[in-house]
Amino acid sequence: MIKFEHVNKTFGDHPALVDITTEFQAHQTTVIVGPSGSGKSTLLRSLNLLERPENGQYHFNDTTIDFAQPLNNKTILNLRRKTGMVFQGYNLFPHLTVVKNVMEGPVQVLKQSPADAKANALTLLDKVGLADKADAYPSQLSGGQQQRVAIARSLAMNPEYILLDEPTSALDPELEAGVLRVLLELAQEKDSMIIVTHNLEFARAVADKILFVEDGKILFDGTPAAFFKQPTQRIADFLAAMTFTAISDKATD
Amino acid sequence: MDSIWHIIVTSTPQIAAAGLKYTIPIAIISFALGLILAVLTALVKLSPRHGWFSILKAIAYFYVWLFRSTPLLVQLFIVYFGLPYLKVQGLFPNGIQLDPWTAGIMTFSLNTGAYCAETIRASILSIPQGQWEAAYSIGMTKTQVLKRIILPQAARVSLPPLSNSFIGLVKDTSLAASITIIEMFEVSQQIAAQNYQPLVMYSLVAALYAILCTILSWLQGYLEKRTSRYIRPAN
Repeated sequence: MIKFEHVNKTFGDHPALVDITTEFQAHQTTVIVGPSGSGKSTLLRSLNLLERPENGQYHFNDTTIDFAQPLNNKTILNLRRKTGMVFQGYNLFPHLTVVKNVMEGPVQVLKQSPADAKANALTLLDKVGLADKADAYPSQLSGGQQQRVAIARSLAMNPEYILLDEPTSALDPELEAGVLRVLLELAQEKDSMIIVTHNLEFARAVADKILFVEDGKILFDGTPAAFFKQPTQRIADFLAAMTFTAISDKATD
Repeated sequence: MDSIWHIIVTSTPQIAAAGLKYTIPIAIISFALGLILAVLTALVKLSPRHGWFSILKAIAYFYVWLFRSTPLLVQLFIVYFGLPYLKVQGLFPNGIQLDPWTAGIMTFSLNTGAYCAETIRASILSIPQGQWEAAYSIGMTKTQVLKRIILPQAARVSLPPLSNSFIGLVKDTSLAASITIIEMFEVSQQIAAQNYQPLVMYSLVAALYAILCTILSWLQGYLEKRTSRYIRPAN
């Protein structure tokens, strides 16, 4: 289980995370929603230490990190191995083929033999529906395909948690569906996922728990049923605004 | 008076021999050493400012500033003619005496290294931050990220400007004539002094430099193609 206690982070004068306390359960899907610039990505990126909060406690299973203390490299690397990250912009390594992208972590970090890593990579690529693209370069793939490779790349490290930062925001709707199907499958397999998304329909479908973040604060921390059925006024406004976006998307399809 | 054709036919092999013996080896060795120096300097300049890295950073900044702010010819003169007068008790009481070959390669390496350091630093900076983040996210160390992810991509970006520097260096080796190295330009001068045909001789040596640099441009094109295979062709 992951737990944040009283975590704070500022960018200059701007408070990005304000006294964040919450838990992320294993084998569950937690969805983080909120308006743009609310701090939801910062929260996610703090979980694998791409961002470094100024203070607060981070519990990862038996490990505890005090953000106020300097972190040693070993702790950082160890934690990053246990958390996979999928980015909005995919961030595949463009100079490596698809299969080599997936093998890179296992071979370089986990020191698996290239043969084992390749066999595993091909299994994962098959799982995300891209076995036939193993030898292609990322630039030859669509955005949706690249994001599925990025998911396979993070799964290859066999992480305890997979963090996804707006994984479909850069995709056209028809490409988005392919990525969402993969994530839905992972959720059904009880992988531990933490997803930042604007897609409320998807949130409703996969979330075991929803966090609503605004101005760096958690304004809601609970079940999807409570979030969608008994929203506070602020959440109701947010849902209404998002729904309008969804309707207008439908109209332009 | 010999016909121009005869002069060209008899001089070309002598100049080309000097090219094979001095110009090309000096350029290649200096560039190889300069590149190593450049990568190290670029990495130091990009490193965070803390601890003993601040001292290394200061040295790197000073080195690049010094070699980009003074003429190469003057640098050659200082190293070859000047250093013998640098007499330090205990360390080198008789000054630093370098043979022309060592002095030349040292100066050319340091000079081209300073320029290439900036090229490599810029090409490392041109790789999107997301590449670092993705590599860190799969648990790589900074060294692994640099070696496996950033430098291979930066190498492709830096290929055209580095080729510029190399081609520039090939021509700059003509300055080695001033520190008694019998390279291509020096040979053409010696022949011109005998046959009183400076126009023919210097045009001939210019043509030979041009041929050499043209071959290098082709090589650059080939390498660019090879290292860009993963890039989608421009629309």
